[in-house]
Amino acid sequence: MKALRAVVLAAAAFPAVAGAAEGGYPLQPADADVSNLASLQRGARNFVNYCLGCHSAKYMRYSQLAADLALTEDELRKNLMFTGERIYDTMDTAMPAEKARVWFGNAPPDLSLITRSRGTDYVYTFLRAFYLDPSRPTGVNNAVLPGTAMPHVLAGLQGLQRPRYEKVTGEDGATVEHLVGLEPGVPGELPAAAYDSFVRDTVAFLEYVAEPTKAKREALGVWVILFLLMFTAFTWFLYKEYWKDVK
Amino acid sequence: MADPRPATVPASGRLARLGAWIDERFPMTELWNEHVGQYYAPKNFNFWYYFGSIALFVLALQIVTGIFLTMSYKPSATEAFGSVEYIMRDVEWGWLIRYLHSTGASAFFVVVYLHMFRALLYGSHRKPRELLWIFGVLIYLALMAEAFFGYLLPWGNMSYWGAQVIVSLFGTFPLIGDALIEWIRGDYFISDITLNRFFALHVVALPLVLIFLVVAHILALHEVGSNNPDGIEIKKTKGQDGHPVDGITFHPYYTVKDLFGLSVFLVIFAGVVFFAPEMGGLFLEAPNFEPANPLLTPEHIAPVWYFTPYYAILRAIPAFAGTQIWGVLALFAAVLLLFFVPWLDKSPVKSIRYRGPIYKTALMVFAANFIMLGYCGLKPAVAPFTTLSVIGTILYFAFFLAMPWYSRIDRTKPEPARVNS
Repeated sequence: MKALRAVVLAAAAFPAVAGAAEGGYPLQPADADVSNLASLQRGARNFVNYCLGCHSAKYMRYSQLAADLALTEDELRKNLMFTGERIYDTMDTAMPAEKARVWFGNAPPDLSLITRSRGTDYVYTFLRAFYLDPSRPTGVNNAVLPGTAMPHVLAGLQGLQRPRYEKVTGEDGATVEHLVGLEPGVPGELPAAAYDSFVRDTVAFLEYVAEPTKAKREALGVWVILFLLMFTAFTWFLYKEYWKDVK
Repeated sequence: MADPRPATVPASGRLARLGAWIDERFPMTELWNEHVGQYYAPKNFNFWYYFGSIALFVLALQIVTGIFLTMSYKPSATEAFGSVEYIMRDVEWGWLIRYLHSTGASAFFVVVYLHMFRALLYGSHRKPRELLWIFGVLIYLALMAEAFFGYLLPWGNMSYWGAQVIVSLFGTFPLIGDALIEWIRGDYFISDITLNRFFALHVVALPLVLIFLVVAHILALHEVGSNNPDGIEIKKTKGQDGHPVDGITFHPYYTVKDLFGLSVFLVIFAGVVFFAPEMGGLFLEAPNFEPANPLLTPEHIAPVWYFTPYYAILRAIPAFAGTQIWGVLALFAAVLLLFFVPWLDKSPVKSIRYRGPIYKTALMVFAANFIMLGYCGLKPAVAPFTTLSVIGTILYFAFFLAMPWYSRIDRTKPEPARVNS
């Protein structure tokens, strides 16, 4: 019990780590389409260009990626592999975790399963929820994950949003500023809608990475269930046939 | 044209001779007849009687898929999480084996809960089946232990914190508490050592216990004979052949009927495995897709759904006299009470069909309450779930503790001499 309490206290001391989805900021639906091949291919490119520098997807193999995203080995090498990996390697990041811990305070998490642990809506909203906050070492904060150590890597594309605060008087009478929304600030390269679809593609790709066998699973499931329904009909008639003589 | 087989000994004759040869050395035919071919079961089994054979199937499924998982799983704190993802991605059909096993765990509890409810419906625990019921409760206990140990193995963050919370329950025991949890974990915290011993218990010790108990359960069943929806003994009315008039041989009648029940179960089971293996976070929880992290507590720690009724009971009892042990004692009492049901039930009849309104109401309230407690256990300990848990806990215990009284005063109907089909 003592150990448990100590660990809970330790966790509470690191709000950026422990308070994960407690931003209270509403999540927007990602509407990512994991069956859209073009979207997945764009997402793969986005991921390799913008995320893989710091985040790994260490359970995902390049060869599997090429097979599932209908890419030839040539296309794979030209578009998605830049640092001389073999195609049977997994998507590891070039950034050493030890250095990352020193630079950012904690190592950027592996993203192989991020959409399964946090949900696609979370990732989608997170990537759209950076805002200017001069009090942070990176100059930005995030409405979904307050105090995040991650800099706004996509600021060049999205631009920088400004926070909108509202003064709220708490039960104890103290007035605090409460984040109620984000509004456009410094414009970026992409219009808002284009940025949203950029993020959507990336999230779709991450959803694929989280469970590469999902499409195969569901396709096979249809046949398995059709077979089992036929088998059920067969066992039903068998049962009725045998039970004719039970009075 | 020459027939390669000698004309005098047909193939079936040779098979029969082999059978005879074995029977002289091992009671093959005798065992088959006693438990399948000449085992007389009541002819009026209904929907509720499918779940025993389905539970047996799920046990076999868990053992077979478990063996294949063990071939690729690594019981080590640094490798366990990655090895599960390796199974999901790189092992041929690994994803299917893993989802069959994870869905099978939940299916096991669904089936066992329905099987136990059947016993309460038709009085299957009553004399002479008390020991059969006790073996059943022991299976349920072993299954809970098996599920708990297995849940740590993926080494996800919910695995880790779930185990942390459950193990720390033992810390509430006075004097020996801290030493006890250290002994269970084998370390000062849930660690690689804990993972290794849970692996040993999950793949060797408890499966052996389960198989032994299941065999004992079936032997006890075949010794006393199956109960039925009318709750009367078919052995009391025997025909001239010495067999119960209302009995039919298990094979082929119930083998084909159970095969049908099993196929329906498999349709639903496959639906979950192929289309909703996470079951909306009930079977595979979101925080468990993050590796175990002693510094990162999941926002809300809840056990898997099949433990949540007891978790709600645990949380419903407040700490007093400076200790939290009361909740833990209530948790154990809630499960251990099941052993005494055959003696708590004083009704002159067994089946719900001939019971009075009091038992009918009590059982329905109990079932609904059990589901409500399960729901409360999944939720954070805030209003209204805290109050509901307290009410649910009182109702849970009242069902058992007041049973000697209300089952006796209930207005029952006379049992028939023969089963209704």
